[in-house]
Amino acid sequence: MTEDNMIQVENLTKMFGDFTAVNNISFEVGKGEVFGFLGANGAGKTTAMKMLIGISEPTHGNATVAGYNVLTHAEHVKRNIGYMSQRFSLYNDLTIKENIVFFGGIYGLSSADIKEKSQAMINELGLHDMADSLVGSLPLGWKQKVAFSVAMLHNPKIIFLDEPTGGVDPITRRQFWEMIYMEANRGVTIFVTTHYMDEAEYCDRVSIMVAGKIEALDTPKNLKRQFQVDSMNQVFLKLARNIE
Amino acid sequence: MNIIRYIIQKEFKQIFRNKAMLPIIFVLPLIQLIILSNAATFEVKNIKFAFVDNDKTSLSRELVEKFEASTYFNVVSQFPSAKQAGMAMLEGDVDVILEIPSHFERQLLKNEKADLSVIINAIDGAAAGVENVYINQIVQQFNKKALVELSLFNRSGNQPMNIETIPSFWYNETLNYKTFMVPGILVLLVTMITLFLSGMNIVREKEIGTLEQINVTPIKKHQFIIGKLFPFLVLGMVLLTVGLIISKLLFHIPIVGSLGLMYLYTTIYILVILGMGLFISNFTDTQQQAMFIAWFFMVIFILMSGLFTPIESMPQWAQLLTEFNPIRYYVEVMRMVMLKGAGLSDIYPQVLKTLVFAIVMNALAVMSYKKVS
Repeated sequence: MTEDNMIQVENLTKMFGDFTAVNNISFEVGKGEVFGFLGANGAGKTTAMKMLIGISEPTHGNATVAGYNVLTHAEHVKRNIGYMSQRFSLYNDLTIKENIVFFGGIYGLSSADIKEKSQAMINELGLHDMADSLVGSLPLGWKQKVAFSVAMLHNPKIIFLDEPTGGVDPITRRQFWEMIYMEANRGVTIFVTTHYMDEAEYCDRVSIMVAGKIEALDTPKNLKRQFQVDSMNQVFLKLARNIE
Repeated sequence: MNIIRYIIQKEFKQIFRNKAMLPIIFVLPLIQLIILSNAATFEVKNIKFAFVDNDKTSLSRELVEKFEASTYFNVVSQFPSAKQAGMAMLEGDVDVILEIPSHFERQLLKNEKADLSVIINAIDGAAAGVENVYINQIVQQFNKKALVELSLFNRSGNQPMNIETIPSFWYNETLNYKTFMVPGILVLLVTMITLFLSGMNIVREKEIGTLEQINVTPIKKHQFIIGKLFPFLVLGMVLLTVGLIISKLLFHIPIVGSLGLMYLYTTIYILVILGMGLFISNFTDTQQQAMFIAWFFMVIFILMSGLFTPIESMPQWAQLLTEFNPIRYYVEVMRMVMLKGAGLSDIYPQVLKTLVFAIVMNALAVMSYKKVS
């Protein structure tokens, strides 16, 4: 394992009874990389991600995230990562500010720290008028931006995003990716799953999972060359169809 | 410690923000307390009484008058025959039929035995038993008086002997059912609210997905659980306090024992219930499932708590089961401390057992709570 690898996965497998959800996958992700983790619904992306963030135990194999083994040091891993789940994961019945205070608090930030960060975040997102309104009353796009910022509160080295832009309008998606790039430029490693192939083009490298296995892994440019097509959309379709 | 504080803060905010839940938590239980305490009584009153007088003498009329004078019986009608009276009972118009045989007065005057026939509608067995006791009391009083009068009349000179028992009811001198029921019903309310709220709470976070987010943080299991359960402990205590105030002001229930002891025991007790709620929520995925399981235990615990039926009259195996029923101990303790003024040494066995339950239940709950699946 090289020093720069933030995620190192070796033969990772997860079985639910007889069903193999994740089948012997291996890859690594470097520091500051934007890594796209693609695949059809049910291909095993979310299951694989859950093993990497330490809330699902692998059946076989090994993974190291932020320098810690997910099997033996899951809680150390958790201190160093951020996670934004597919399901919206802030509290709808708390205000933006209260959500920030709560999540900051359980990551162990000091109250002075929390105050400063929430101020900075509200400025950055331009949420002055909304800071005291309930998260449940915000439009989805805003919610996702807030959720992303909350997941970044404790300065994680890696952030895991599970379909962060699902159901969001194109403008907000664009803004969301600008936020992702900003963090990547600061050296944060981004691990993102998506169904939007235009978003796949924004990634440094992309892996495509089909039926629990990683069938392709390279830069978008190389993948397009390899499959002799001119968009990631076609790469995806070709790959998914070939396997079937 | 700080982390726990943040969780507690968040839980309270959510509880007080939920405008639909707040009245459910505070107002409904108190309405229940008021309604149940007035309604859940074992006293049998307004018994519909009918009679068949085949004797039609002054003595038989005197007996009927005794029933008329009683506050428990409403004399609804007189029937010419037992058969017609039986029909009325079938219709549900009559609870009790007293049939006075012909030659009733003559037999008594001759110092012979006279049999009265009493028919009681025993669909509600407990009520029938009580009615039987009332009837016997009235007949015995009548009997005694009649004997005295008759013996004077006969001038036989022999005064009949009578042994009378004079009961005195300790700790609830007036046999007020409210005194007996209110502490028990208060127990139920505190238990239901804390069990349902704690059982539902974590499952709810599972349902909306926020629990996954919590599990991705480096938070420790005990921090999360303490933070989650503490607000409900406070809520249970507030409920107990309001309930006690109502018991005192509205029902004039005596509070003989130490309040401190009651709160101490309640704290341990609520820990048992919260551990149970958490345990349930660990093994369920939806609030609906959690609700059903909580209800299942609740019903068994209530019916086997000794609140409505005395534990002494249960079969042996059932008595053994009640040993594991926390509500049983709470009912015992509340009645003992409130009505008898029991001290710590008197409720020591209950305290000890409840403490063991609290430790076991919460250990199970913490162990079964998994951050990793």
